[in-house]
Amino acid sequence: MTSRYIANTSAEQRDMLRTIGAASIEDLLVRIPPKARLSRPLALAPALAEADLIRHLRALAARNADADRYACFQGGGSYDHYVPSPINHLISRGEFFTAYTPYQPEASQGTLRTIYEYQTMIAELTGMDVANASIYDGASSLAEAALMAHAVTERTEVVLARGVHPLYRRVTATYCDGPAIRLRDVPAPEGVLDVEAATKLIGKKTAALVVQSPNFYGCLEDVAAAAEIAHAAGALLIVVADPVNLGVLEAPGRLGADIVVGEGQGLGVPMSFGGPNLGVFAAKNELVRRMPGRLVGATVDRDGQRGFVLTLQTREQHIRRAKATSNICTNVALCALMATIYMATLGKQGLQRVGELSAAKAHYAAEQLTKVPGVSLRFASPFFKEFTLRLPKSPTTVVGKLARKRILPGVPLRTYDRALADCLLVAVTEQRTREEIDAYAAALAEVLK
Amino acid sequence: MSAYDKLVFELSSPGRIGFSLPESDVPGRPLADVLPKKFLRGAAPALPEVSEFDVVRHYSRLSRMNYGVDTHFYPLGSCTMKYNPKINEDMARVPGFARLHPLTRPEDAQGALQLMHELAQMLAEIAGMDAVSLQPAAGAQGEFAGVLMIRAYHASRSEKRTKVLIPDSAHGTNPASTAIAGYEVVEVKSLPNGEVDLEALAREVGPDVAAFMITVPNTLGMFEPRIMEITEICHAKGVQVYMDGANLNAILGITRPGDLGFDVCHFNLHKTFTTPHGGGGPGAGPVGIKAHLEPFLPTPVVVKNGDAYALDDKRPKSIGKLQAFWGNFGMLVRAYTYIRTMGADGLRSVSDNAVLNANYIMKRLEADYDVSVPGPCMHECVLSARRQKKQGVTATDIAKRLLDLGFYAPSTYFPLIVEEALMIEPTETESKETLDAFCDAMIQIAREAQENPAIATAAPVTTPVRRLDQTRAAREPNLTWSPKR
Amino acid sequence: MANVPGDLKYTREHEWAKREGDRVRVGITHFAQEQLGDVVFVELPKVGAKVTAHQAFGVVESVKAVSDLFAPISGEVLEINAELPQKPETVNKDPYGKGWMIVVKPSNAGELDQLLTSQQYEEFVAQGAH
Repeated sequence: MTSRYIANTSAEQRDMLRTIGAASIEDLLVRIPPKARLSRPLALAPALAEADLIRHLRALAARNADADRYACFQGGGSYDHYVPSPINHLISRGEFFTAYTPYQPEASQGTLRTIYEYQTMIAELTGMDVANASIYDGASSLAEAALMAHAVTERTEVVLARGVHPLYRRVTATYCDGPAIRLRDVPAPEGVLDVEAATKLIGKKTAALVVQSPNFYGCLEDVAAAAEIAHAAGALLIVVADPVNLGVLEAPGRLGADIVVGEGQGLGVPMSFGGPNLGVFAAKNELVRRMPGRLVGATVDRDGQRGFVLTLQTREQHIRRAKATSNICTNVALCALMATIYMATLGKQGLQRVGELSAAKAHYAAEQLTKVPGVSLRFASPFFKEFTLRLPKSPTTVVGKLARKRILPGVPLRTYDRALADCLLVAVTEQRTREEIDAYAAALAEVLK
Repeated sequence: MSAYDKLVFELSSPGRIGFSLPESDVPGRPLADVLPKKFLRGAAPALPEVSEFDVVRHYSRLSRMNYGVDTHFYPLGSCTMKYNPKINEDMARVPGFARLHPLTRPEDAQGALQLMHELAQMLAEIAGMDAVSLQPAAGAQGEFAGVLMIRAYHASRSEKRTKVLIPDSAHGTNPASTAIAGYEVVEVKSLPNGEVDLEALAREVGPDVAAFMITVPNTLGMFEPRIMEITEICHAKGVQVYMDGANLNAILGITRPGDLGFDVCHFNLHKTFTTPHGGGGPGAGPVGIKAHLEPFLPTPVVVKNGDAYALDDKRPKSIGKLQAFWGNFGMLVRAYTYIRTMGADGLRSVSDNAVLNANYIMKRLEADYDVSVPGPCMHECVLSARRQKKQGVTATDIAKRLLDLGFYAPSTYFPLIVEEALMIEPTETESKETLDAFCDAMIQIAREAQENPAIATAAPVTTPVRRLDQTRAAREPNLTWSPKR
Repeated sequence: MANVPGDLKYTREHEWAKREGDRVRVGITHFAQEQLGDVVFVELPKVGAKVTAHQAFGVVESVKAVSDLFAPISGEVLEINAELPQKPETVNKDPYGKGWMIVVKPSNAGELDQLLTSQQYEEFVAQGAH
């Protein structure tokens, strides 16, 4: 059995075995006790030739309602934003793509320099002093932020606004179980943080208050007010933000955030059924030594020339082991590279345009959809590119019926909040056209008749 | 090498653009009239202003300052830097996968769910496990999930166990993941040959121990000959046994963690199953378990009901979620493509050739470097540069000199139990010519160390930068660019 | 092994302790800083904190290593070397002088007598234990 991924021929194998002084490859496996050996071949489907495999996978892919063939109005943490063409070409260069963690900085300046650029751009967008090289996804970034707030403040509770993505809250709960951090929810009856309830809940045990803006329901939160109540109690403010919005929305750092986390998928990373994503993590300078994940810093080489290295590594697991700030080893470097190229390509003007277009289209869509009899906005609070609709019929049924018209109308909220069982979360990015929005409104009117 | 020294910010020219966005096709007012001012950014973000071609040339030039598997032999031990097949990339980019939204209802994502279900089954077969969760985003998250499931299992039996035993040769993620899961980590000393000290282990395992976590083959590249006794000793005391699957590339189709008695093991899809390392991620770290741990799997679990696939979220004993969605799906597509390319025979020959290549390197270098444990090894070998150190050339110097000779470096100073460690993992995808060229370079370096140590201590000299001042980077952290600097 | 002042007491974790009236000054030894390499960061307790003999009171870091700082004696922290966070290299340059770390008011001065003498510490280091 030969494989195109293995170079050794039988003759070469024999030659190498002769050098080693072994009669066969079996001789090299002597340390594995016979009773531990698998006595049969693995029971796997037979190998497929390249063309057959492509056919098979294309057939699987064809069973998915993707955003190429369907008008995607889905959001809730993953968005169909425009991906400029150069991104795929550049990340596919083998020197980026097949490199590993830049442990040998002299042979990894490409990766290190792009991460340094990424850190700079994320810090700028979020309005924070420092950003790390990235974490798995927005949810695990929030979980790491909660652990960090606990470590910094030595307090045992984290208070989360109900508008924080429910799946992020669940991931945070998983991470907070070990250190026994208590998570407390603040209600959001009007779609945004109930400031009075939050003030009552926050106290001497509170390590951090978490708000997301725009939040899971699409509503913009008053981050500055949240900062005030968190800081008054000596707690940190963690803000969950989508960096692609920060071309036009105020940087959380300027509103008082101590840690900013979020999902950076919108910055040129494909939706890819939810992963890999891009966990954004930024903080104030004084917290840098408690940060999880890799950091790249500028320095000089022996000749005084500028160069870049992984730095402050003593925080990390390979050195601090059980006492590390986090168990994270990888970042999502390739996704961070996509985001870096995205932010460079869109630049100062482009990211603003993305924000303006998304918001304009979302507000137009909200107008058109709420003209359909029985359909209304669930919350009165200002929104940006995403909003919660209340429907007169089961949102799940509506989603099924519109799928037949190649429209993915949004995310039914019943699974996340029983009180919102009649609600549909609708996202509109710059990718959606007026034609698609009008078709959506017309189709909705038809199925609600 | 060209000394291209720019950051993208330094290419910026006010007014230059690199994007293409349409004019708005909907009626509407300016954003400032739609949203209250307090929500809007005071000043535009200071992102670069560059043309599309500026971007393409800049990042193309930066890429050339990297060594990757496509361009260089990458013998980085423990990382399994094998060839990343191009077909995997094509498949991950098919719009039906790449442009699928995670919250698409299962009826409209059947192809994706089928792929995940089948991949989980294939991984379970490869590892001899009963079930696999694809959700962990990387090996460290797989470890975390595995340890949490063990914890939930003990709790469900009302057992209070507070410690996890980990050998001193372990990857740093093992103790870190365990500590975050709420356990006290107890380090177990290895025997000088890197094997587990069974007597010491037998003394340590007790009613307060939740798990023993071990890498197989171990981090010295050796198979633990008494591994089945180890899992038996643990099980006799109610201790769960976790296998760090970082080195799975050595044993495909030869032996299986499940058959060795392991209760949990994780897979690094970016190592054994050819998903790209991407400069440090994204990885994917599925975790396999035996049936008794199934109730505790992360949610949701991909299930098959008749001919239909679904995401099962109603699992009250679950440890919960690890990332927002279902796993690093793009990586799962690549791993699936790879396994379907190889089949059972192909995977077996992967391990055979990985072991052959590692032993060939060890043999060719044994005269010039100290071998940490006499062979045969599995898929990697650990050498020590202690001889060279006496001549003034450390493992770091050897690593840097290799860069000049056109190779990436082995892992250095790991495992911690070997002085001046050089951990070499060639993988099965490298040819004999490449291995010979690498061994020739290593032998040359050993000779240079005797004759003129300054060659290695001055290295590298061919890379875009020379050795960097790590102390300065840590003492005065400069983590973001600013025009003033 | 040259640099082990005779007037100090030592721990097996390579800290030194110096009696100054009813106070005790604490730092790390020349050998310790040499083993660590270039010190890049020092984390010290707050003034007023309680430290316990043989337990960690802070952390010292080089680029590739982290080491806990162990208290030679129990007591209350009266002073910390505020210069160290900005100038960690002082620990390398002058471990027994300007590189001191904390001053403690001992709760049990007798603990000082249980520490190693300079001669004992020199022997301990010579045995290769670290």
